[in-house]
Amino acid sequence: MAAPLALVLLVAVTVRAALFRSSLAEFISERVEVVSPLSSWKRVVEGLSLLDLGVSPYSGAIFHEVSNLGPCAYAAGGKTTELNPQTPLIIYLFHFLIDYAELVFMITDVLTAVALYFAIQDFNKVVFKKQKLLLELDQYAPDVSELIQTPKEMHYIPLKVALFYLLNPYTVLSCVAKSTCAINNTLIAFFILATIKGSAFLSAIFLALATYQSLYPITLFVPGLLYLLQRQYIPVKMKSRAFWIFSWEYAMMYMGSLVVIICLSFFLLSSWDFIPAVYGFMYPESPSHPDLCREEVIPGCPAMTPSSRENKEMFEHFSLFFVCVFQINVFFYTIPLAIKLKEHPIFFMFIQIAIISIFKSYPTVGDVALYMAFFPVWNHLYRFLRNIFVLACIIIVCSLLFPVLWHLWIYAGSANSNFFYAITLTFNVGQPRQPLNS
Amino acid sequence: MGLLSDPVRRRALARLVLRLNAPLCLLSYVAGIAWFLALAFPPLTQRTYMSENAMGSTMVEEQFVGGERARVFARDFAAYRRKSGALPVAWLERTMRSVGLEVYTQSFSRKLPFPDETHERYMVSGTNVYGILRALRAASTESLVLTVPCGPDSTNSQAVGLLLALAAHFRGQIYWAKDIIFLVTEHDLLGTEAWLEAYHDVNVTGMQSSFLQGRAGAIQAAVALELSSDVVTSLDVIVEGLNGQLPNLDLLNLFQTFCQKGGLLCTLQGKLQPQDWTSLDGPLQGLQTLLLMVLRQASGRSHGPHGLFLRYGVEALTLRGINSFRQYKYDLVAVGKALEGMFRKLNHLLERLHQSFFFYLLPALSRFVSIGLYMPAAGFLLLVLGLKALELWMQLHEAGVGPEEGGGSPGPSSSLLSAQGVGLASLVAPLLISQAVGLALYILPVLGQHVATQHFPVSESEAVVLTLLAIYAAGLALPHNTHRVVTTQAPDRGWMALKLVALIYLALQLGCITLTNFSLGFLLAATMVPAAVLTKPHGPRPLYAALLVLTSPAAVLLGSLFLWRELQEMPLSLAEGWQLFLSALAQGVLEHHTYGALLFPLLALGLYPCWLLFWNVLFWK
Repeated sequence: MAAPLALVLLVAVTVRAALFRSSLAEFISERVEVVSPLSSWKRVVEGLSLLDLGVSPYSGAIFHEVSNLGPCAYAAGGKTTELNPQTPLIIYLFHFLIDYAELVFMITDVLTAVALYFAIQDFNKVVFKKQKLLLELDQYAPDVSELIQTPKEMHYIPLKVALFYLLNPYTVLSCVAKSTCAINNTLIAFFILATIKGSAFLSAIFLALATYQSLYPITLFVPGLLYLLQRQYIPVKMKSRAFWIFSWEYAMMYMGSLVVIICLSFFLLSSWDFIPAVYGFMYPESPSHPDLCREEVIPGCPAMTPSSRENKEMFEHFSLFFVCVFQINVFFYTIPLAIKLKEHPIFFMFIQIAIISIFKSYPTVGDVALYMAFFPVWNHLYRFLRNIFVLACIIIVCSLLFPVLWHLWIYAGSANSNFFYAITLTFNVGQPRQPLNS
Repeated sequence: MGLLSDPVRRRALARLVLRLNAPLCLLSYVAGIAWFLALAFPPLTQRTYMSENAMGSTMVEEQFVGGERARVFARDFAAYRRKSGALPVAWLERTMRSVGLEVYTQSFSRKLPFPDETHERYMVSGTNVYGILRALRAASTESLVLTVPCGPDSTNSQAVGLLLALAAHFRGQIYWAKDIIFLVTEHDLLGTEAWLEAYHDVNVTGMQSSFLQGRAGAIQAAVALELSSDVVTSLDVIVEGLNGQLPNLDLLNLFQTFCQKGGLLCTLQGKLQPQDWTSLDGPLQGLQTLLLMVLRQASGRSHGPHGLFLRYGVEALTLRGINSFRQYKYDLVAVGKALEGMFRKLNHLLERLHQSFFFYLLPALSRFVSIGLYMPAAGFLLLVLGLKALELWMQLHEAGVGPEEGGGSPGPSSSLLSAQGVGLASLVAPLLISQAVGLALYILPVLGQHVATQHFPVSESEAVVLTLLAIYAAGLALPHNTHRVVTTQAPDRGWMALKLVALIYLALQLGCITLTNFSLGFLLAATMVPAAVLTKPHGPRPLYAALLVLTSPAAVLLGSLFLWRELQEMPLSLAEGWQLFLSALAQGVLEHHTYGALLFPLLALGLYPCWLLFWNVLFWK
């Protein structure tokens, strides 16, 4: 099995290296679908150079009072005019690795794929054991025999997962654009690997790192915990003492590592500026950043989220309401899903990742790529999918129309932002149907 | 969503699509074509109207009287030009300075990828001269452009004369709030492209040019002028720009307003305006004009210097003076007055032209069809592809696994699943090969011209065209090549899957093209869709093959040339048509390399490989 994996890795790296060298790289890294302000490489570089000059990367809004120009001035003068949403650790990481940035991004992608590969391999073993046990106990209904996976089918699933992740055009694009989203994906992949391998401590650390990076993975805490409990044969019961002890341990490990990471960032910068900068940025309509709201109507920053269509100008009074409505969606489904999918924590995890990528603010295609990689795992459920054809077409059509409409809007000046937002909305309509169907 | 989620209704819908597929396809196709033909008729064509407030209500009084002066300038220019054999830069500089402009020159040079036989040029170098009239009332933040392209011969000297006379007149006025740039370019479009690139400080086509010494503000609008006689019978207005881009409709409305005011006769596509829209004659004439516009826009060429301005977000159009045998003629004063009026109104603009339509079709100068009304025509045609793809998908899917239909027993379904896997793998070879042929078609002709000229007695330009045709025809041998590569277990599934992929591929491309350049998208859809839908390896194969060949991109190009000349009432003979076709191919490649026109790469890298897939389906064994 190692040889095909190595081959896939080699192909993936070659494709990326070729793209890095081509003239497309610059074009791709400007695409709003691929990089959002949250994951833009430009901001990392900006933070780095500020750091080198001895200025805190997060003091942008304070130092540059003329920040009302928003990203226009940022693009023109290369000066920071807003809060930098990159976390301090990322900035410090690239402080040492800036010369090898392309290599780093290729390696992160490869690491993600390898982590997913081993995670799914392990998971399959577990599934297979369970299947065998249940078969022996004769607990399956007679007509589900089609759904039972054969070892031969299962054998290729990890490879398919790696393949789906590495050669997905979305992943390739975000890697070439040096979107830090790839790093988030790696952290989540390692979290999944650690969880499936049963290492509560490592799982907590990676989850904390992922949370630190983008906050939303906090919702993955529940499926992670559920899986670890299942692995240790601890029943999920309110009265069970073992359940509470283990949950407490896991939560403490998680909180502890999170606190350690945040304190580390504090000591690196000796200020707490990064907290509002990094996490405040995710709420595009939060009242505390009046100048950030404007950027939604300025090219360069519009996110592919339905929330950005709600223009600030019209709904000034309701901004808090919008923040709540859009952000709550990410967290809202966790509890009902936890109850419903108690027995299938990995599936729960997959759904939760999909939900994050749909509802997070400033989503990019890199997020979508992560949950798309999991499709082969649920290969056997393929026959239950409905409208797969229509959905696949919607996704492909939208991916192609993004650049076309963007061109019409920004360069040709003949279409306007509504055309573009229409297509982002369509994309967002198409997207949730996939997990919904699965 | 409910419709798609409810299994009962879903099945009903599926059955409907499957059973009525052929009539639905036919109906949709006919509806698309009929809709398009109906575009020239009144409920779908609307009267044009001025949307821009700043240009609408204010009246201006034209005071231009420099007709005699313009003729003198024109005569001098022509004389100097004949003497020096090139653009008389020194004379132009002197004259522009004498009328009170800030004058600058820009030299440029460009080596074309291969010799251009139509314009007889290869290594081009020239000089652009431009003068800036600084606005008295504003701080040089915005500007307007009046440009005259000068070709190799001494045509257009009257346009230069009028430009200079207008500059002299404008200089004396106090109301200018925008700088006005008077630009005379050498080597017509090449000079314009060089100047525009230097003005915006970009280099997109590999032009070498000197740095611009003087700039005015952001260009708001531009008018290009082509005049070759002292008197004109009519003014022809040209709107189609590079890659089918059109200027804002308000600019055209503005021109039309002043034509009406001055009583000038204006034409569109060289056609007079039908007066009577109530009877059948008017719309039929309108349809002719509309078809001409569609053909022109589909070509993706810049049909005047204005087309290059459009790419930089500058609204622009070209006015061409026509001197025919008509009795009533206008002198330069009338044309000058129309231009003066237009510039004065443009001077009033508070922001860029953006109020009116950017996507439209024109059956006449005073009538237009907006995007909302013409898009359904293309939509119906694309629907045919969608319906056919859906049918194929359902056939493929039902043959495989059908949980709702309860079709298969557990045994065969698993083997079918693996067959599906094989089917997908067998698609890779045809896809890759056809894309590779497309890539060869794109790269090889220009790259291999020198090799070809060494081995065959042809010129470079001929070499490029003949290599193009050779690779194009060689692509047709594709099915024989792939058959050795492909081994299929389920033959029927193989071609169905390939056709499904090809249909989706075609629909995607046509959809994207239609959004940016409706004319091209519609033209390709109207020709390619029927053949694409009908093609299959059974049935009357020679008929399908003939239909496919007739609707291949190159054949469509040839057909459009004949249609184009037919509509212009100068029919082509076959030999002439072939010559024109060859020169159009060379021009297409050249325009891609010199101006960045996208038609050639689109056909070579997108539509031709897609068409080859259908060819492959036809010869599937």
